[in-house]
Amino acid sequence: MHCYETKYDVIVVGAGHAGCEAALAPARMGCLTLLLNMSLDGMAVMSCNPSIGGLAKGHLVREIDALGGEMAKNIDATGIQFRVLNTRKGPAVRAGRAQADKQLYRLRMKNILEHQDNLHVKQGEVTALYIEKDELRGVDTRSGIRFIGKTVILTTGTFMRGLIHIGLINYPGGRAGELPSAGLSDNLKGLGFDVGRLKTGTPARLDGRTIDFKRLEAQYSDENPVPFSFSTKRITMPQTPCYIAYTNSRTHEIIRSGLDRSPLYSGVIEGIGPRYCPSIEDKVVRFPDKERHQTFIEPEGLETVEYYPSGMSSSLPIDIQIAFYRSMEGLEKVEMMRPAYGIEYDYVNPIQLHATLETKLLKNLFHAGQINGTSGYEEAAGQGLLAGINAALRVKGKEPVQFGRHESYIGVMIDDLVTLGVKEPYRMFTSRAEHRLLLREDNADIRLRDVGYSLGLVDEATYIDFCKKKEEIEKELGRVKTTRIGLTPEEKEWCSNHNCADIQKGTTLDQILRRPEIGYEQLEEIDYISKKLPKEIREQVEIQIKYQGYINRQLEQIERMRKQEEVRIPEEFNYNNIPGLTLEVQEKLKKYKPDTLGQAARIEGITPAAVAIVAVMVKSFGEKKVES
Amino acid sequence: MYILDTITAIATPLGAGGIGIVRVSGSDAESIGKLIFNNSKKINGGGFESHRLFYGRFHHPSDGSLIDEGMCVLMRAPRSYTREDVIEFHCHGGYLIVSRLLDACVSAGARLAEPGEFTRRAFLNGRIDLAQAESISDIISTSTDKALALAQSQREGYLSRSIARLRTLLIETLALVEAYIDFPEDEVDPLVTETVFKKISAVRVTLQKLVDTFNTGKVLRDGVSVLLLGLPNVGKSSLLNALTGTDRSIVSHIPGTTRDLIEETVSLNGLPVKIIDAAGIRSHNYDCIEQEGVRRALDKVAAADLILLLIDGSRPVSDEDIELVSMVGKTPYLLVVTKSDLPLLSDTSRFTNSVASCYVSTKASVGIDHLTILIYDYFVSSSVLLSDGAAVVSSVRHRDVLLRVSSSLELFLKNMQMDLPAELLSLDLREAISALGEITGETTTDDILDLIFSSFCIGK
Ligand SMILES: Cc1cc2nc3c(=O)[nH]c(=O)nc-3n(C[C@H](O)[C@H](O)[C@H](O)COP(=O)(O)OP(=O)(O)OC[C@H]3O[C@@H](n4cnc5c(N)ncnc54)[C@H](O)[C@@H]3O)c2cc1C
Repeated sequence: MHCYETKYDVIVVGAGHAGCEAALAPARMGCLTLLLNMSLDGMAVMSCNPSIGGLAKGHLVREIDALGGEMAKNIDATGIQFRVLNTRKGPAVRAGRAQADKQLYRLRMKNILEHQDNLHVKQGEVTALYIEKDELRGVDTRSGIRFIGKTVILTTGTFMRGLIHIGLINYPGGRAGELPSAGLSDNLKGLGFDVGRLKTGTPARLDGRTIDFKRLEAQYSDENPVPFSFSTKRITMPQTPCYIAYTNSRTHEIIRSGLDRSPLYSGVIEGIGPRYCPSIEDKVVRFPDKERHQTFIEPEGLETVEYYPSGMSSSLPIDIQIAFYRSMEGLEKVEMMRPAYGIEYDYVNPIQLHATLETKLLKNLFHAGQINGTSGYEEAAGQGLLAGINAALRVKGKEPVQFGRHESYIGVMIDDLVTLGVKEPYRMFTSRAEHRLLLREDNADIRLRDVGYSLGLVDEATYIDFCKKKEEIEKELGRVKTTRIGLTPEEKEWCSNHNCADIQKGTTLDQILRRPEIGYEQLEEIDYISKKLPKEIREQVEIQIKYQGYINRQLEQIERMRKQEEVRIPEEFNYNNIPGLTLEVQEKLKKYKPDTLGQAARIEGITPAAVAIVAVMVKSFGEKKVES
Repeated sequence: MYILDTITAIATPLGAGGIGIVRVSGSDAESIGKLIFNNSKKINGGGFESHRLFYGRFHHPSDGSLIDEGMCVLMRAPRSYTREDVIEFHCHGGYLIVSRLLDACVSAGARLAEPGEFTRRAFLNGRIDLAQAESISDIISTSTDKALALAQSQREGYLSRSIARLRTLLIETLALVEAYIDFPEDEVDPLVTETVFKKISAVRVTLQKLVDTFNTGKVLRDGVSVLLLGLPNVGKSSLLNALTGTDRSIVSHIPGTTRDLIEETVSLNGLPVKIIDAAGIRSHNYDCIEQEGVRRALDKVAAADLILLLIDGSRPVSDEDIELVSMVGKTPYLLVVTKSDLPLLSDTSRFTNSVASCYVSTKASVGIDHLTILIYDYFVSSSVLLSDGAAVVSSVRHRDVLLRVSSSLELFLKNMQMDLPAELLSLDLREAISALGEITGETTTDDILDLIFSSFCIGK
């Protein structure tokens, strides 16, 4: 083993969506960072669908941006269709979604990484962690080079012992056309990590020249594309449509006829797949009454004819795949360029992590992304960013950063992972966030900019802009709360025109804005000052006023939980023989080793009474220690 | 788990001892106290000077009705058990009075405490020392065990089943709302207001019915009544004394309207039982003077929930004994053979339709406990109190939960009619489900996602 002369602060293994953020953050925070990837042509690759964002995922992207991550900027620069979903629902559940030009996305990110100060990008496959005297010292690669680093972040995605399935044929691979990562997961198992197997899949790619788009319904970009990054002024990429096609009863028949050769239905695949991303055969089998299933046919990029039929992932044999696509209207003559496939891979049980993403077993080792049992680019990037930040803070000898469930989707995700573990690939949904109304896309900067700035990830100019925005919001909030309506004849008429003739003289503007039928759009007709306000200020103020009652309710709940949330359980705390805890609860707590009472309370099957007992014992534990 | 709100609980074991204490802890303790406790003297802060016991009256804040008279003490933070403001009401120890006082605290704004919550606060606020802390965890676990045992009883079974049905309906509705929010591009059913409205309205009707069983529920309103019936000298009075003896607390002592009707209320394992000694009954040969008393006694027989039919075990069964059975009519009776310390001469085979029988000797103190258990089991374990096996809400805590669920749902319906967006509607539903969770156990996000993925074809 040749020991490389440069000693790194942070070594990141894998340059997927987790790895890219995990490498950029510490480098930007001034730590000498090494990013290793199996192939330098395969960085920031979108393995599956060509889109970023969507419900809850868009929220994550905005949070990453507020903290100073790269994902939002990258998609803004390479996105070829932008849409805001749920525009008719409330602001908390609105989310951006963009189609990316996959190659551009990958190349731009590669470029950013290559030009980042303090960051070395190198090709290399890590086969083992290098441990000396029970301490993590670095990593060993297949080509015989040992890299020394103070901290290591593993972001191996679907690559560890990856096994690709197409029909009953299977072969090792990390992603179609790429090698798997071998050895590393055995190494982890040997260190005591709980390594399990999960499964996911991706649909075929179709040749656009053989699709009859005229017979499909087109779905266009929003007229005014809304960027993900708070810093992006305007989307400049040309915009292209997606298309909607449908399966039919003939398609379903063909699919059924191939089930006997499906690795899933014949039991070859043992990993557990995500239920929110079922294969088309799954949908047909589980919903036999559904006459058709819809698929969005999405462009993979501007310079390619490849199209991605979403929702059609499959591990059926190729002849069946071709036949079922061709049974669909508009796809009768379609040519398949890449077949659909399923992939099984190793992940490490995330209950073995602290909420900082550092492993509980090995100090200075962090895990982020799909290795933690999640799926999705945004989920991976969010974790990568946090792991990168905390590795850097460790190097600098500073306290780690953690996010509460009430502060961010990143916080919700990580808390879910470390307290509940995963049974199937974990994806973010807004329903997972109990404080959903507080965690909006529109206020991600208000929630997280300060943190990003204090870490050194947000530059001065951006931060000053943000502070100005915050000030303006406060000012306007103050103004509407103190400005009263005099009920002039003009205002009186306005009231009766807008169905609020009951408004009294002296009513404040914020009371008027609270009415469901009134927004700034209406108010500006009598309130000339608001006409001149920037759009984002009006938006923020309006949302805060309209949601106020509900927001206060959620804030109250958070305040109530806080005390318990913050009580730390010492690492060496012993759950054995605690009177009143059932054996089952003891075992569970020993396995999960929660860091705080708040975490303990969220572990499945831990009752409030059990938490109370632990609380009492933790307290007495502390006192005993002081005595001795 | 809430930390900062104000909680309340009964601090003394139910039905045991002559004094009941209801304790309130939290920042609202004093204001709750002012809503309930009324001290005629305006000096000394109207009875709210810290750490002094004051005499006054307790009123229910909902309607101002008098609950009891007693003592009240306020202990301002940090000099209290929990290191929060604590107020204690000391009243008479009867089941009804204490429950009503607790109910008053809840309607004044306190939340019913979870098992061990006072202690938890004491600990969290740094009030408790090591030894106390350790012994208390035992208490917490015992009280949960008791709750478990109760949950297994048949009566609770009906309740938990009908609550489980309600929970399913609520979760189904929430899944609908959440799927509508999270999967705008999948083929998810639109939120059909009308169907949801019907479903939730139906849930509210059921909730109301359940809550009503508490209000009208015989057990908790009046307790149950048990009538002692038997010939003179069979030992009714001594049995009455034995049942209401010093080891069981006497809740109230209401003399009968006539000299020969005596009522005593006792608490059998927390079940309030009114025992009536209808001393005046003879099966025949009564004279005119007694006629009025006897008619009243017969009314009592019909109104009783259970009759203890006493026969003298030391004598053969007489015709008069048999005639008593016909007097009992349709009311169920339990055969009590007295004087079991003497040789048994009576033949009990003629009392075939008795719900149970037992042998007691008040003189030798034999069989009283067994009789107590028989009475308790008859009411609590058997379903006699339930019409058609319907669920009955018997704890204040459960009723409190159901009321909160209902009011969240009321808000939900109102907001839906006002066309509020789905993410706000979801909040009301979640609140209802989480309140219900205090009875059924928590509902996790995964429960909801499970339902979404099994009912909708998700996967764009
Ligand atoms: C077939 C398929 C289908 C998918 N379907 C979906 C889907 O439907 N929905 C969804 O949300 N997500 C899906 N995904 C997942 C999505 O691609 C990932 O969640 C996301 O890319 C994870 O990011 P990551 O950074 O954790 O890992 P990846 O993006 O997988 O990146 C891992 C990187 O680590 C490198 N690497 C691995 N091991 C080593 C090593 N030992 N040494 C050096 N480098 C290493 C690899 O070269 C790779 O660049 C799918 C992925 C695949 C492959």
